[in-house]
Amino acid sequence: MDRVTHLASKKAAVIFTKSSCCMCHSIKTLFYELGASPEIHEVDQDADMEKALQRLGCNPAIPAVFIGGKYVGSARDVISLHVDGSLKQKLIEAKAIWF
Amino acid sequence: MMAEFSPRTDTSTDGDTDDKAMGFNNGQSHGLVVSDASDKSRDQKTLRRLAQNREAARKSRLRKKAYVQQLESSRMKLSQLEQELQRARQQGIFISSSGEQSQSTSGNGASSFHVEYARWLEEQNRRITELREAVSSHAADGELRVIVDGAVAHYEDIFRIKGDAAKADVFHILSGMWKTPAERCFLWLGGFRSSELLKLLITQLEPLTEQQLLAINNLQQTSQQAEDALSQGMDALQQSLAETLAGSIGPSGNVANYMGQMAMAMGKLGTLEGFIRQVRLYIITHTRDWLWQLATILSLFFFFTVLPTAEADNLRQQTLQQMHRILTTRQSARALIAINDYFSRLRALSSLWLARPRE
Repeated sequence: MDRVTHLASKKAAVIFTKSSCCMCHSIKTLFYELGASPEIHEVDQDADMEKALQRLGCNPAIPAVFIGGKYVGSARDVISLHVDGSLKQKLIEAKAIWF
Repeated sequence: MMAEFSPRTDTSTDGDTDDKAMGFNNGQSHGLVVSDASDKSRDQKTLRRLAQNREAARKSRLRKKAYVQQLESSRMKLSQLEQELQRARQQGIFISSSGEQSQSTSGNGASSFHVEYARWLEEQNRRITELREAVSSHAADGELRVIVDGAVAHYEDIFRIKGDAAKADVFHILSGMWKTPAERCFLWLGGFRSSELLKLLITQLEPLTEQQLLAINNLQQTSQQAEDALSQGMDALQQSLAETLAGSIGPSGNVANYMGQMAMAMGKLGTLEGFIRQVRLYIITHTRDWLWQLATILSLFFFFTVLPTAEADNLRQQTLQQMHRILTTRQSARALIAINDYFSRLRALSSLWLARPRE
């Protein structure tokens, strides 16, 4: 759990993904389209990391999106935030993007 | 000497070989016993007749063999066609000469969705008519708001119905066979593109305040970005399927690995019954090992295709809700009417197309 929190706060935008997860691909694409350069951590081989994310309350655990060190949600949450404009706002506040 | 060319002629006295039936006049190699002249001619006639009989019998056997082979391959083709027909019926496609679309009588999942969708459309049309009357009669804001809210809530109904249908058979939803041909043209991940609808509405909803215009434009842009992201996710899914198929067919395949990954991710959807149902659907028709692997992979793919489809519907829902937050009651009413008119026109186009004269 510490490891997750530690990694999540190292960069403005951090996403925990899995290579087999197609929604992870969508969320990464969305971030790139917005001009953010999120730090991607693939947890395919890391069962502990995935359990840690679950313990933190991330449901579903993958993808797990953190902005400014705070857990923002999974795929659906991120898309919802994007639609109402608050995703961009959060990214600007965390200085992941500037406009 | 003879033995070198045709060894069998020496040993065979029965004469039932092709070379002999060809009528080679090598009677001497048969070792025949010749009697007097009249007997000889009678025997020769008999022998010729016997040879011709043998030839006829041989040809008849060959014809029979060819006929049986033809029957076998036709039988296989027939069973394949039966399977395709069964699959098509399951998707609610009615096979008829008029080319009319889906009214399956088998009462399964896909057709019950068609019934529900038809019912929803009817109700939708009724509400839009009510809305149109309210707008043209300049109804009070309060009254209009009630009708608009009702229409919006009804719109959300279809997303729920679609979601259930997608969990049962996502490929049917994605195929768009439940929509009319012209609508299918513009299909994206099992439905409409919110970004396109918003572009259409911007022109229809004038006058808009500066703030509204900016908000709608932003919404159109974010919708488009989200759509692109979901499309890429879908592409990634198809890509990984292609790679797995290429690498997994045969005894050395990494199917177990693929299945393991998918099974772990599957937990989030939580419908084990659906998963088993999809797998069963395919292994019934496949008995050989590598085909079983293929079937399993395909069923997993179909199963996981639910994810981007569900997110696409959620995006549509969110975008519509956001749009209503930006617009006034009257504008929302006009927006709903405009959207309905757009799809009505597409459906009318489809009807014209389906009714076109054919040879």
